[in-house]
Amino acid sequence: MTALHAETLAELAGRLARGDCSSVELTRHFLSRIAAHDAGLNCFISVLEARALAQAEAADRRRARGEAGPLSGLPIAHKDIFCARDTRTTCGSRMLEGFVSPYDAAVVERLDAAGVVTLGKTNMDEFAMGSSNETSYFGPVRNPWDPARVPGGSSGGSAAAVAAGLAPAATGTDTGGSIRQPAALTGLTGLKPTYGRVSRWGMVAFASSLDQAGTLTRSAEDAALLLAAIAGADRRDSTSVEAAVPDYREALDAEPGRLRIGVPRGFFDEGLEAGVAVAVREALGEYERQGAALVEVDLPNLQLSVPTYYVVAPAEASSNLSRFDGVRFGHRCEAPQDLLDLYERSRGEGFGAEVKRRIMTGTYVLSAGYYDAYYLKAQQVRQLITADFARAFERVDLLMGPTTPTPAFELGAKTADPVQMYLNDIYTIGVNLAGLPGISIPCGEVAGLPVGLQIIAPHFGEAALLGAAHRYQRATDWHRRLPAAYA
Amino acid sequence: MSLTNDQVRAIARLARLSLDEGEVAEVADKLANILGMVGQLQATDTTGVAAMAHPLDAVQRLRADEVSETDHREHYQRNAPLTEDGLYLVPRVVE
Repeated sequence: MTALHAETLAELAGRLARGDCSSVELTRHFLSRIAAHDAGLNCFISVLEARALAQAEAADRRRARGEAGPLSGLPIAHKDIFCARDTRTTCGSRMLEGFVSPYDAAVVERLDAAGVVTLGKTNMDEFAMGSSNETSYFGPVRNPWDPARVPGGSSGGSAAAVAAGLAPAATGTDTGGSIRQPAALTGLTGLKPTYGRVSRWGMVAFASSLDQAGTLTRSAEDAALLLAAIAGADRRDSTSVEAAVPDYREALDAEPGRLRIGVPRGFFDEGLEAGVAVAVREALGEYERQGAALVEVDLPNLQLSVPTYYVVAPAEASSNLSRFDGVRFGHRCEAPQDLLDLYERSRGEGFGAEVKRRIMTGTYVLSAGYYDAYYLKAQQVRQLITADFARAFERVDLLMGPTTPTPAFELGAKTADPVQMYLNDIYTIGVNLAGLPGISIPCGEVAGLPVGLQIIAPHFGEAALLGAAHRYQRATDWHRRLPAAYA
Repeated sequence: MSLTNDQVRAIARLARLSLDEGEVAEVADKLANILGMVGQLQATDTTGVAAMAHPLDAVQRLRADEVSETDHREHYQRNAPLTEDGLYLVPRVVE
C-alpha cells in the first residue's frame, strides 16, 4: 500500500468511497504532514486547521447519508490569491497582510460546494508577479526536490505543497506560466485552462486579459476531476465564457484517432538546456509509439512574446493595483501629511520591489506620448502571436514542447536581473497572450530534478489536452515520483 | 535605453509610489533594462494589424440595470484602516 500522501485525488476518492478511511482521517494526515514538513519549505501562508476539520466532518456526515459526490471529503490547498470568506487572503503581499476576505472566490465556492476540504492558503510571488516564489513578503518557498532551488512561481507554494505530499492537489493561477512553470520544476501536472473557462471572481487581479485559474495535481485525471468542478460561466465575471462544460473525466479515455502533434521549431532553440531537450524529445517519441504523427511547425513571432507580455501585463497591473490606496482596505502608512502622502507611502511601504517595478513599467508604457509606441504596439504584436498559433492549429491537433528552458534554478540565481527572470517564461507566455489552454506534465529528470512537457490545445480544447496527458501517464511513471525526502 | 533619476521620480509620482532616495538609481537601472527589452517590439512591422484587447474577441456582456446586491458596507469596512460612522477617513482635503 502506498502512503496516503503519495496517492492521487482519484485514488483517495476511491478510499473514501470504500470506507478505507474517513475525510477527517485524511485531513488529519495532511495537517500532520504540514506540521512536520512545512517549516523547511514555507509552502503555506495560512493553515486552516479548524475550518478544514469542520469541513471534513461535514463531508463524512454527507457520505453517511449517501450524499457524497466525486470530490466529497478530499483535502486540497488554495493559492493565497483566492478569497475564502472570513479567512486571511494576502496575495503574498504586505499590502494585504491583515486582509480578511468578506466573500468566497468562485473557485473556492464551487469546490466548497463539491465537498472539498481546504487545508490552507499557499505562498506565492507577491501579487503573482514572479517566476521563482522569491518575491513573496512571507519569504521564499523551497523546492522539495532540492531545498537550495526554487519551486518556480508564482504558484510556488501550491506546487511545493503537492510535490512534498503536504496536500494531494492545489489551486493556482497562471498569467504568464504561473501554474505550468512551477508544475514543471516540481514534477507535477499543472493545468492552465482557456482564458474565460474558469471564473476570476474573488481572485485578486493581476493582468485581467491574461489571468486564469487552474490546478496543480499529481495526474491529468486529477486535473480533470477538479476542472469539472470549477469550470463554467459566472455572471459575476463578465469575461467568463458561456460555453458548455464537457465531461472531462469521461474524455480522458476517448480515443483520439491519429493525433497530429505540432512541434514548434522555436521551442528547441539555443536557450534550451540539452538535458531538457532530450527528455522532451523522448516524451514526443512516446506519443509517436502511441501512433501520433509529429509535424514541425513555426511560430514566427514567439521570441516577441516576452516583450509583448512585459508591456501588456504591467499595463494592466498598474491599473488593477491602483485600487490599493490605503483608504478602503490594505496597508496604510502612519501619520499621513495629506492625501497624496497617504497614497504614496501606503503603496510604497505595502508593495515589494518587483511589484513596484511592474507598476512603474505599466505606468510608463501607458503614459502620454508613449502609449502608441509601447501599449498599442504590444497589442498589435499580440494579434500576430495569436495568429501564429491559429495557423499552427489549422495543421495540427496539439502543440508540444518544453515548459521551461531549464530545470529548477538556485535561489538568488536570477534575482539581480529581472530581465533574466522574465526570459525563463519564454515557452509559456505566448499561451496566455493567445488565451489558449496549456498543461505541463512531468516527462523526465535532469540530475535528479524534474522536467516538464508542455501541451497546448486550441481554445476550449481542455478535453483533448487532458486526454493526451492521461495517455502519456498511463504509459509512464514520471508523475508518480516523489522527492526522496518526502516519500 | 536609459532613464534619469528625475524621470524615475516622475513615473513613481504618476504611479503614487513613494521611493527612498537610495532606491532611485537602482530602480532607474532595472526599469531601463526592462524597457530596453520591450523595445524589441519597435522593430516589428505591424502596419494594418488591429490591436488585440481580448484573447477570444469577446465583447462586454451587458445586464439589465437593476439592483442585484444587498448592502455589505459594514462587513466590507472591517478591512478598512480607519472609519467613522460608516465613512472612510482620510487626511483633510478641503480646508
